[in-house]
Amino acid sequence: MKALAKNREVLLAVIVAAIVLAVGIRAPVFLTGASLVNVITDTCFLFMLTLAQMAIILTRGIDLSLAANLALTGMAVALVSRAMPGVPLGLIILLAIVIGAALGSVNGALVAFVGIPPIVVTLGTLAIFRGLIFLLAGGEWLTSKDMSEAFLSFPHANLLGVPSLIWIAGLVIAAYWILYRQTQFGRGLYAIGGNPTAARYCGINIPRQQFIVYTIAGAVAGLCGYLWVARYGIAFVDNAQGYELTIIAACVIGGVSIAGGIGTVSGALLGALFLGVIVNALPVINVSPFWQMLISGFVILAAVIVNARSERPIGKLILASARKLERKA
Amino acid sequence: MNSQLPILVLSGVSKSFPGVRALHDAKLTLHSGEVTALLGENGAGKSTLVKILTGIYRPDAGEILIDGKPQHFNKPTDSWGSGIAAIHQETVMFDELSVAENIFMGHMPRKKFGLVDWSLLHSKSAELLKRIEAEFSSDTILKTLGVAQKHMVEIARALSHNARIIIMDEPTAALSGREIDDLFDIINQLKSQGCAIIFISHKFDEIFKIADRWTCLRDGEYVGEGAIKDVTQAQLVKLMVGRSIDQVFPKHNVSIGKTILEVDDLSNATEFDGASFDLRQGEILGFYGLVGAGRSELMQALFGISKAGRGTVKVNGNIVKIESPSDAITAGIAYVPEDRQVQGTFQPFGIRENITLPSIAHHAGRNVISYSSELATTRKFGARLSVKASSWEQRLNELSGGNQQKVVIAKWLATKPKILILDEPTKGIDIGSKAAVHEFIGELAGEGLAIILVSSELPEVIGMSDSIQVMHEGKFIKRFSGAEISPEAIVNAASGGAH
Amino acid sequence: MSDMQRYHVLDRAPFNLASYLLRWESILVMLLVAVIVINTAISPYFLDIYNLSDATFNFSEKAIIALAMALLIITREIDLSVAANIAVCSLVMGLLSQMGFGTPILVFAGLAVGATAGAVNGALVTKFRLPSIVVTIGTMSLFRGIAQVVLGDQALTKYPSALTSFGQGYIWPGVPIPNSFAIFLILACIFAFVLHRTVIGRQIFAIGHNPTAARFSGIKVENTRFWLFVMTGLMAGLAAVLLTGRIGSTRPNIALGWELEIVTMVILGGISIAGGTGTILGLVLSVFILGLTIFGLSLVNIPGIEIAILIGLLLIISIAIPIMTAKWRGRT
Repeated sequence: MKALAKNREVLLAVIVAAIVLAVGIRAPVFLTGASLVNVITDTCFLFMLTLAQMAIILTRGIDLSLAANLALTGMAVALVSRAMPGVPLGLIILLAIVIGAALGSVNGALVAFVGIPPIVVTLGTLAIFRGLIFLLAGGEWLTSKDMSEAFLSFPHANLLGVPSLIWIAGLVIAAYWILYRQTQFGRGLYAIGGNPTAARYCGINIPRQQFIVYTIAGAVAGLCGYLWVARYGIAFVDNAQGYELTIIAACVIGGVSIAGGIGTVSGALLGALFLGVIVNALPVINVSPFWQMLISGFVILAAVIVNARSERPIGKLILASARKLERKA
Repeated sequence: MNSQLPILVLSGVSKSFPGVRALHDAKLTLHSGEVTALLGENGAGKSTLVKILTGIYRPDAGEILIDGKPQHFNKPTDSWGSGIAAIHQETVMFDELSVAENIFMGHMPRKKFGLVDWSLLHSKSAELLKRIEAEFSSDTILKTLGVAQKHMVEIARALSHNARIIIMDEPTAALSGREIDDLFDIINQLKSQGCAIIFISHKFDEIFKIADRWTCLRDGEYVGEGAIKDVTQAQLVKLMVGRSIDQVFPKHNVSIGKTILEVDDLSNATEFDGASFDLRQGEILGFYGLVGAGRSELMQALFGISKAGRGTVKVNGNIVKIESPSDAITAGIAYVPEDRQVQGTFQPFGIRENITLPSIAHHAGRNVISYSSELATTRKFGARLSVKASSWEQRLNELSGGNQQKVVIAKWLATKPKILILDEPTKGIDIGSKAAVHEFIGELAGEGLAIILVSSELPEVIGMSDSIQVMHEGKFIKRFSGAEISPEAIVNAASGGAH
Repeated sequence: MSDMQRYHVLDRAPFNLASYLLRWESILVMLLVAVIVINTAISPYFLDIYNLSDATFNFSEKAIIALAMALLIITREIDLSVAANIAVCSLVMGLLSQMGFGTPILVFAGLAVGATAGAVNGALVTKFRLPSIVVTIGTMSLFRGIAQVVLGDQALTKYPSALTSFGQGYIWPGVPIPNSFAIFLILACIFAFVLHRTVIGRQIFAIGHNPTAARFSGIKVENTRFWLFVMTGLMAGLAAVLLTGRIGSTRPNIALGWELEIVTMVILGGISIAGGTGTILGLVLSVFILGLTIFGLSLVNIPGIEIAILIGLLLIISIAIPIMTAKWRGRT
């Protein structure tokens, strides 16, 4: 089964590479280093948020409020920056993480400690967060002229020739990789999604883990909130509208099972990369960006059909013995 | 018989839930190197006791001493520190994770910064697997293993806590004969290593084979203990139910009528092959075989849950095409499934809605349901099966297992079947209800209903059936009837032995 | 302990006032009364019959879809593609209208496209056994994507007057009941009857409580679910006909975000997202509570986006309260 999961990821990687090459043949400019770096940079938000969402989906949850959290936190730090242009950047980033985490912890508390189904909780907080943006800014749009130079320039800055956004996404990816692969907490997430009763018997504190996972996801959304507003130079109510579904789509394409307990970091990243490549490739080959939604719809459906096939249980006792007999014959 | 200090003494333990007194002043004593059978009917308090010992429940009163020292368990991990580990009824583990992760989930060895020490994890797991002579490696993904192998992983998991007290709650429920022998080998090995084992099983032959001592609970209270070699099965049953139960099966004097069901060469690709038999009115045909023999799969194909690849089914001499349960119901076949909770009942529905569901069309003119017609049927069949409830609207989850099973049987009788398939009809219900169900099956046959009784309980099959069809690995071995029926012959045939 | 003796079993549980008052529908009635009282106190224009009837325009189309969605959620499925479905239906109607087809053809096309889109969802969920939440997120992208690809940033605005006057009109001159609201009320009665009084309704609840046992009881589980998806699609088609007529135009972002509002209506109505429980009465009450709250707040000039906060809170609190009281009761 492990091999099959790996095959899936290899297949996805091959498809992504094939798309990149095919687009490159039509429009060689797409294959230049700068263009590819731009694709990656653009996809950084999706990388980070997909991994955050994956942790939640692993525990049989879902977070529909990540994009709203991103927009709300982005607006909050933009307002702070306008009111106090002198606030150091480090503090702004810290503030974004804290606000995001606080918003995420509301979801976490309602899911973990009250026991409301995650889809209901985050449907509610999605509406609340969007409403709060309006309340906070009084319906105003904040544009780059409302933000300080330092605030705006950070995502565009380069370190060792690599955009800071990629560095940050790299750190978040590394942290999530360690969490998923190298900690008992992360392995416990798979256990919770795979078999909650058994996980409890193993001494895993499920509510605590759920709470932490939603809170961390919120922190990541908050961080992305600042970066998003700074990169695109705009904060308004409908920022990143509908992005929550793109995040879930990336998870599904990457092989994360919506039923919980199944999913890998590499798969999720490939799922995000796939969508990122599509978004960036369409304009290059002069296809209207309006096609993007249609294509991702098709891909989500294809991916979920493929996932369902590989997740089928492999048969019962008698099947195993029948297979043994076949082999003997 | 054992002079050394007991490893565990539990005394005066009580636990109540809203409206239920699950345990009252219970006690239990365990010695190292001994297997203690914990006996009691369903609802006697066995599982509550296990949950207290494993820290899932906190007792209201009483104390637990291990090696003479009092223990306080607040959560599952606390009991591990005291060397207690439990293996649950069904393997409850993580299919997508490796064997090593399954063994050490919750207490993985760690390096600096809390990172998992994978090499230590795998070497420790390999050591444990070797100790129980498991033949798979620690990085195998769990879902590729069979049921028996998963059990071994659970045992390795128990050993990983350095458990000296291992609780096995119906560990043989899903195992075949050979696998049970393997399990008993492991238990003997654990005994010799000084472990104390609590063994919970409803099968007396296993208890007499493996246990050294017994402790019995009834209605949440302690009723006695002793050495296995000093008691008989009848004495234990009497202690469990508080009265003696004659293991008499109500064989009514039934005149067997004309053939109603003819099954010819029914086969599917994997689970059963070449099933041919016939069944007459008033006849009880037992189906016996080990787990994996394909009995339930055959019955489910007969009932239209799954598809058979080839073969024919005739009811009253006419070929019927059964592609879904509703086809089967129309043909007059009813199926009381094995897994009552999952396949049989609608827990939030009331008794009325449960009983009338499969026959709901009969209670509806032009699709509109008539409440009075439903109520009449519910009263009739509910009373006939002596369902005990406060009202016919009472939700099923408020009824005992035995009463739920009666509701399930009632709902199928309400479809007015000609052929009734009962799949493990007394599994997991208390001895009192069991006798009532047996009595009732006899009565139904007396009324001319043709009955197929699938059961893994040999005394039940032999006691109830007119003839017994034995299956082994999907194949029909032999149909025993009359004087041919003997426990030895049937067990032999079921395990694939020569006949 | 003798099981052979006959027990005395009542036909119904004895009447218990507390259990009636604690029913979800009773709580919703109290909430509805509170909403009406508060709104009347705040604004003198609230209890105006013409204002109220105009207010129904804003929720009737969503409520029509919510009726079918409720049945779907009771069987443990969900359809998040309904709003995107509206976009496709409206698109097809717009294109046909430009070709000069008349209102009957447009209405038929809207309904047919809606039902077909529902059938696509249903087939994917039931034939391939896929989780409906993912499937319908996928088809939501797909349907909305079709509308975007065809329309780009254009809008279709040429519709026959019969269609627009129907969408904006009232059942009878001078009677302040809009067509869409009347259709909702009639459908609510039909859905309530089907769900609570007929065989198919009983089977829908059975599937929600325990799909496996439902199959073992002879119910065609996947078949039923398939047709509920088709029904939900059909209702989306009907909503598209009404909405297109009412606003007289089709843009790719038509009905954007409606799926979440519809799901909120259903959940607030007491229909459990875990399946098996709920009533149409609860749903209708929830539709009125949400509709009147939004209308009342807009009368005092609170913008829609801020009302969203209130609705989000209402959703979470209304689910949290029963869970917490159950927990609290369990403890004592």
